[in-house]
Amino acid sequence: MLTFTIRRLVLSIPTLLFISLVIFLLLELAPGDPMAQVPLTVPPEVKEKMREALGLGQPAPIRFWKWLVQFFWIEPQVMIDHYFGTTFSQGDLRVISWQTRSPVMDIVIQRMPQTLWVVGTAYVVAIFIALPIGIYSAYRQYSWFDQLGTFISMVGFSVPPFFSGVLVIVIFSVQLGWFPSIYDTTHVVNSWDSFVYQLQQMIMPVMVLALQITAQLSRFMRASMLDNLNQDYVRTARAKGLSEYVVVMVHVLRNSMIPVVTVIALGIPAIFGGAIITEQVFKVNGIGQLLIGAIQANDLPMVQTLTFIFAVLIVLFNLIADVLYGILDPRIRYD
Amino acid sequence: MTELSNPIPSKPPRSQWLDVWDQFKSHRGALMGGILFLLIVATVYLGPFFWDIDATHIDIRARNQGPSWAHPFGTDQLGRDMLARMMAGGSTSVSVGLTAMMLALFLGSFIGVVAGFFKRLDGPLMRLTDLFLALPLLPLLLVMMLLFREPLNAAFGPEQGIFILIVCAIGITSWMPTARIVRGDVLAIKEREFVLAARSIGTADNKLITRHILPNVLSPIMVSATLGIATAIITESSLSFLGLGFPPDFPTWGRLLFDATDYLQQHPERVFWPGIAISLTVLSVNYLGDGLRDALDPRIRGR
Amino acid sequence: MKLKTLLMGAIASAAVAPAAFAERGADGQVNIIYWQAPSIMNPFLSGGTKDVEAASLVIEPLARYNEVGEMVPFLASEVPSVENGGVSEDLTTITWKISPGIKWSDGTPFTSKDVKFTADYCMDPEGGCAQVTKFEGVSSVEALDDLTVKVTFAQPTPFPYGPFVGGESPIIQAAQFADCMGAKAPECTEANFAPLGTGPFVVDEFKPNDVITLSANPNFRDPAKPAFAKVLFKGGGDATAAGRAVMETGEFDYAWNLQLAPEVVARMEAAGKGTPVAGFGPLVERIMLNNTNPDPALGPDERSVIRPHPFLGDPAVYNAMSLAIDRPLLVEIGYGKAGKVTCNWVPAPAAVNSDTMTCDKQDIAAANAMLEEAGYKDTDGDGVRETPSGVPMKILYQTSTNAVRQDFQALIKQWWSEIGIESELRNLSGSVFFGGDPGSPDTFQKFYADVEMYANTFNGTDPQSYLANGLCDKAPSPASQWQGENISRFCNEEYDALHAELAKTAGAEARAEISKRLNDIIVTNGGMIPLVHRGRLSAHATSLGGVKLNVWDSELWNAADWYRIK
Repeated sequence: MLTFTIRRLVLSIPTLLFISLVIFLLLELAPGDPMAQVPLTVPPEVKEKMREALGLGQPAPIRFWKWLVQFFWIEPQVMIDHYFGTTFSQGDLRVISWQTRSPVMDIVIQRMPQTLWVVGTAYVVAIFIALPIGIYSAYRQYSWFDQLGTFISMVGFSVPPFFSGVLVIVIFSVQLGWFPSIYDTTHVVNSWDSFVYQLQQMIMPVMVLALQITAQLSRFMRASMLDNLNQDYVRTARAKGLSEYVVVMVHVLRNSMIPVVTVIALGIPAIFGGAIITEQVFKVNGIGQLLIGAIQANDLPMVQTLTFIFAVLIVLFNLIADVLYGILDPRIRYD
Repeated sequence: MTELSNPIPSKPPRSQWLDVWDQFKSHRGALMGGILFLLIVATVYLGPFFWDIDATHIDIRARNQGPSWAHPFGTDQLGRDMLARMMAGGSTSVSVGLTAMMLALFLGSFIGVVAGFFKRLDGPLMRLTDLFLALPLLPLLLVMMLLFREPLNAAFGPEQGIFILIVCAIGITSWMPTARIVRGDVLAIKEREFVLAARSIGTADNKLITRHILPNVLSPIMVSATLGIATAIITESSLSFLGLGFPPDFPTWGRLLFDATDYLQQHPERVFWPGIAISLTVLSVNYLGDGLRDALDPRIRGR
Repeated sequence: MKLKTLLMGAIASAAVAPAAFAERGADGQVNIIYWQAPSIMNPFLSGGTKDVEAASLVIEPLARYNEVGEMVPFLASEVPSVENGGVSEDLTTITWKISPGIKWSDGTPFTSKDVKFTADYCMDPEGGCAQVTKFEGVSSVEALDDLTVKVTFAQPTPFPYGPFVGGESPIIQAAQFADCMGAKAPECTEANFAPLGTGPFVVDEFKPNDVITLSANPNFRDPAKPAFAKVLFKGGGDATAAGRAVMETGEFDYAWNLQLAPEVVARMEAAGKGTPVAGFGPLVERIMLNNTNPDPALGPDERSVIRPHPFLGDPAVYNAMSLAIDRPLLVEIGYGKAGKVTCNWVPAPAAVNSDTMTCDKQDIAAANAMLEEAGYKDTDGDGVRETPSGVPMKILYQTSTNAVRQDFQALIKQWWSEIGIESELRNLSGSVFFGGDPGSPDTFQKFYADVEMYANTFNGTDPQSYLANGLCDKAPSPASQWQGENISRFCNEEYDALHAELAKTAGAEARAEISKRLNDIIVTNGGMIPLVHRGRLSAHATSLGGVKLNVWDSELWNAADWYRIK
């Protein structure tokens, strides 16, 4: 397994380089203009000048090379400088956003806390709710609990966040006045009261997101448990006189985890990627909002950097999932 | 010992599919899901023959009305009949949802099974999946529209062209989770004893896949299918906002829901109809999928 | 009780205000929400309205437009004019006198060197300054002494108030931006995010595209202002949420540019926590008529370049199309308080609003008769008329994605179908439609459609450069990389000659007269169908006093005078 992991890690470098090239070409080909949000009152000659100042006049291969150098060579230096107080990156040009004319990585780091707070919590909450629901629904298939769970998760999944988000805002912010409708990213948690406020402003976006994730996860958990509950080894285990708890929670659960692990591994990069619509509805202004804003403004360095970071996470977590398969089911061999 | 004493079968052998159908029929959830689904399909496709108000006809004096006999679902902010719009929107949403889901499912299952089963293809196919997962969705859609809108319009006419484009766009951008999930399951299943047994009696790879592997990964595929329909219907509406979907006067459930969200407090019924329609469609497909899965599982069949 | 508080508030704002709030920072925090988030605080590097307005809390120009469009001195002691000798008789120079005693927020004095530096900064050819048009025609800027700046133009300029006037042309500090000239402009992140200013507030923290926190400027020229000690300036979301946060939940005090259905605004207002306010600039929602042929069969480089259009050039056609539109209904459905019926391209300022045309009555029958008479008949009985040469009157009608625009499209499509013109609708994402990407077929400049709908406006009160958008040589074409502001490809010799005359004429009245005639020529000759004169609708909390909605300059132009009604 170790050689497999190392081989995959080495292989992922060319994969990622290729992905970054494809992303770059895609963004090149996509119609759009960084000047689209500049008002029509600014004449085209001026816009042309502004485009040139952004470096858009250069040919595409040079811009791609510059981005590679900036991202893989200069940004790590900046990080080292930041932690050790060195000055390797002095004077080097970092990846600069076209919208804000400031280093992309600084903004990404600035956006991290709210994204992790909201989307991360939603994921954790969803996993803790979804797994028990999925297990119990499968164990008591077609019981009223299962039917209710099915109904709620299906409706929950069918209602998109652009609607459910507004609905909870209208109920809990406008009508009841319990929670703020706008997330305050400047809020600092340093006391019990401020922690309570943080919970209050998080609860609605977390609810909306967790509903979607729970629905999805619990369905996969249930389906996979059902597949395994009728297997011969379960009968054998029961016949051996193992307790029902051990049969279900150890034998069946372990064998049912493969699809669930896949779904969770696919979801973790999404935590860092934020939840675009939910973040917009609640003004969380995390990474998801950063990405959609950058796409709308055609801020190519920002879009390129963000999508590349997601690509790294996707490749990494899919690798982790593959390793976990091997642990969950030792019969799976990759070499 | 009856078999031996009576060498000629008294009944023709029952086909496997008849057994499946019997099991499916006796599955209450599946039956209800199926009836509900047929009902929805019938309403959205046949409804317009009985309810002849045009979905795009504007009657500005009748705008913002609540439910009445003339307009059972009320009217929208321009006085268009909501019932007609729900039916017109449904025919688009249901067909886009189903076709896009099938396409994504086919792509996902195919790539997943092939990657899981053939070790040599696993690496390249999974890296391809990683690539597609990593591509930013919006620019990808914009590029697809840019490249293919005009040729498809020319070949199939504007409406068919856009339909094909949207279905492909949604299908091509949503097969990856299914592929990963199916592959994960296949990796585990192909090491099981019964696969080894089948292989040892010389079963060819394609038979092995269709008869032994596929039925055993059916349940995650079914779950992907139900979730896929909901995603496709919602994604279609977000395409319209970007100007990548159907023309703006073309109602779809997703768009009706989005447009009505602003009027949530004034006219709550307007979000209710599309919301409930999408949920019911997804629920019915879910129960159908459950029934199908149970029917295809020989261990449950006959229980 | 409610009425009483309202009355008290009114009295407070009318009479007691100056005396009651004579202390800086006494009113705590004010929360402002813009649904488009500012990405930079330097308006020279971004032309976006959101950025210009956010920056106007911090940096100020020499003079601004007030809420009625008059110029008022801000950092200057008076507005120069020919009468007071500030503008030379030959109209080539303007001399600004700075009010004495103004300090930057870091305590250093504000001098004419900063003004001159600002001009150099923006006019640097490598900087890509977004506001360089403000400095168009400027040949030199000199600092005569610490408090006097002289701007010299290459030619006589009847309207010399481009540089240093209005929110788009504020003064930045020479000391802070000295190393940020030209190509280095984007590297000065710190200065771009937190410029030092003379305005009422200073930036504490700037989170791009998210939130800005500001606090009162300790060196502000009026020791009693601003009344607020802190500003929280949040960005992002959508207009509905911003309106809700001010008028329904009361979390915020001021929300900018609420483009919402009138019904939605009315409902929010009923919650009683905030008031919508509307102001009218020259913004007009219009349908542009393509004067060239957009037929896809022509190929990408001849499409929308070759004249004429198969039928849109005929006065009978575009007049009938205009007559079929019920403009009062459009206003009622789409904009409510924030819209007015207009037949003009330039409906504001009032002096240049032409009154020669009327268009507030829909008349389908007359429109049909007009087409019938001109020979457009439905010969094959499919409900769509054909031109005398047999071309069916089918048009492609495109616009950007926006709920109100899609409603307008649906309504107008129906009206046009009633006069036998069939339209296919298309909506495009704003970032593609308004982006000038020459590679995309869907930009509004390329105009690969027969008609398209959008809104446009101009800054300040002088329409000369805006009226230049109707000149023949400004039509976009492959030769100009599809750039150019003459979107309808309007071309009229009389118009071009008259515009040249405008550029030479001084005197407000004569200029207004010519502007009106230009407006009439373009509308009556099939350049566009004006629909709605759109206002800006913003909302403020009922407890926020001193708001004067200004559409000629930044909406936050008088944030120093805002206060909390107690």
